[in-house]
Amino acid sequence: AGEGSGAVPGDGTDPPAPERVLFPPTFSVSEIKNKQRRHFMFLRWKQQQRKEKLALKKKRRKEREALGDKAPPKAIPKTIENQRVFDETTVDPNDEEVAFDEATDEFAPYFNRQTVPKILITTSDRPRGRTVRFCEQLATVIPNSHVYYRRGLALKRIIPQCIARDFTDLIVINEDRKIPNGLVLSHLPEGPTAHFRMSSVRLRKEIKRKGKEPTEHVPEVILNNFTTRLGHSIGRMFAALFPHNPQFIGRQVATFHNQRDYIFFRFHRYIFKSEKKVGIQELGPRFTLKLRSLQKGTFDSKFGEYEWIHKRREMDTSRRKFHL
Amino acid sequence: SPQVVWSMLGNRQFCSYKMTTKTQNFCRNEYNLTGLCNRSSCPLANSQYATVREEKGRCYLYMKTIERAAFPRRLWERVLLSKNYEKALEEIDENLIYWPRFIRHKCKQRFTKITQYLIRIRKLTLKRQRKLVPLRRKIERRENRREEKALIAAQLDNAIEKELLERLKQDTYGDIYNFPIHAFDKALQQQDAESESDSDAEREEDDDDEDVDKREFVEAEDSELSDFEDMDKLETSSEEEQEEEEEVEKKGSHSKWKGKTPLKGPARRKRPYIEIEYEEETEPSTKTKAA
Repeated sequence: AGEGSGAVPGDGTDPPAPERVLFPPTFSVSEIKNKQRRHFMFLRWKQQQRKEKLALKKKRRKEREALGDKAPPKAIPKTIENQRVFDETTVDPNDEEVAFDEATDEFAPYFNRQTVPKILITTSDRPRGRTVRFCEQLATVIPNSHVYYRRGLALKRIIPQCIARDFTDLIVINEDRKIPNGLVLSHLPEGPTAHFRMSSVRLRKEIKRKGKEPTEHVPEVILNNFTTRLGHSIGRMFAALFPHNPQFIGRQVATFHNQRDYIFFRFHRYIFKSEKKVGIQELGPRFTLKLRSLQKGTFDSKFGEYEWIHKRREMDTSRRKFHL
Repeated sequence: SPQVVWSMLGNRQFCSYKMTTKTQNFCRNEYNLTGLCNRSSCPLANSQYATVREEKGRCYLYMKTIERAAFPRRLWERVLLSKNYEKALEEIDENLIYWPRFIRHKCKQRFTKITQYLIRIRKLTLKRQRKLVPLRRKIERRENRREEKALIAAQLDNAIEKELLERLKQDTYGDIYNFPIHAFDKALQQQDAESESDSDAEREEDDDDEDVDKREFVEAEDSELSDFEDMDKLETSSEEEQEEEEEVEKKGSHSKWKGKTPLKGPARRKRPYIEIEYEEETEPSTKTKAA
């Protein structure tokens, strides 16, 4: 009778202060059948927990101050990046084997400045307006790139023609329900083909506080966080899209930042305000990519040799394990 | 009799095959020749009826006559039509030889349409087919959430800025940006190692160089700090013509600035120096009183 039933019990009917609540030993909030009462008791329990936590913190802080210099150093908070499962294919900068591989793989001619990248951008069949505009903007971002529409042509037939016309890379943007959602990047003369899932595509007009259009200058490239062997090869693929001599006058930079297997692409214009300060302004489209598969040869879904495929059951088991 | 059947099903009572829409009535019966619900097209209301249907790529002619109306199992007689289009048309004609014109005509029309769509199917299967991959909702949601968290953890702006500053430090930009502090400190360090007279000469030269080169950046810092209009102005200012103009204008005022406090010095100079005078009104009254 002391406790209200049905209506939300005010504080009058209950013990006045939460600290003096004495629950019977085997009591648990989840056993109360009445939903409102249960909710109320749960909130009270939560408040109690918070109070205890706050008290604990204060106590610790006091102890820390009391100790002064002898206090133990502050604990580093755990982040997913800290706790990342060590990948055995992490590239060591001084690794000779990796260096040798890179000197002899398909990108060697690019990195030796023998070839100039020339890129063909195309879409899947019947692209809708958004995809078309995205392709155009992508073409302004990547120098020396051309957009061609695919009118029902088979990729396998396009590829020999591209090679004949000296294209070095092929980008196919796949579209589903009027938004671009996939990207296939293929290095042409017998190069690897990477298939990505693309998300969060923002066109130039959707970016807030953007600047003017990207100019014709060759941008710089920043590749962040590509640590493993696989990440390294993907990073080289991206680097091979841009000409090797960035024009610093243009002050444009294209960034591919890998974080937890998601590759974020941004295009900025930077300005150095002083030695320690730089301002960046976003121009250009932005999107995020997630690698789905890497194939050794050019695009061939049936008979190609896959170097890496994302297998959900095997690879997504741990939250702290990343592959790029 | 068929008239009775039609008067019941067609207009008044319920026919389970009938589908009504705003403009038309359709018949869902699988043996219907035209697909509409008409007196002449209803397979239930006509005792003599024929249709063309296809199964697994082959076309059959189905016929129904009054004689078999009592045997539902044997009601529909089926004739396989040949694969050759003209031959099949002749076969239809043979089989429906004394039948009403309407049914014959409609059968042939239907057969034509069926063959056309079969041809189209065969052509399309040869072309590239779009593979539809079902999205798994839970997985999509999980990946979107992870992407958001990764974006927050990435702190892209900071990372990019850090990287650019690193590149600046490592001199990848060469002589384009000549920040005074950097160069000045370097020069100072060099001086400690060398004699004073030599260092003086170097310093003068350095000053001139610094003044000449840093002019475009002085401009930027004078106007508001994080203004994006700034950026656009600066793009154009990187051309040489404007640089020369600026040099001519600003040479006098900025010759002393060493760049230690980049913002405050020039900014102060730019603000007009205002002196404010205060007048008190109570003075004349006291004077008159005294007098």
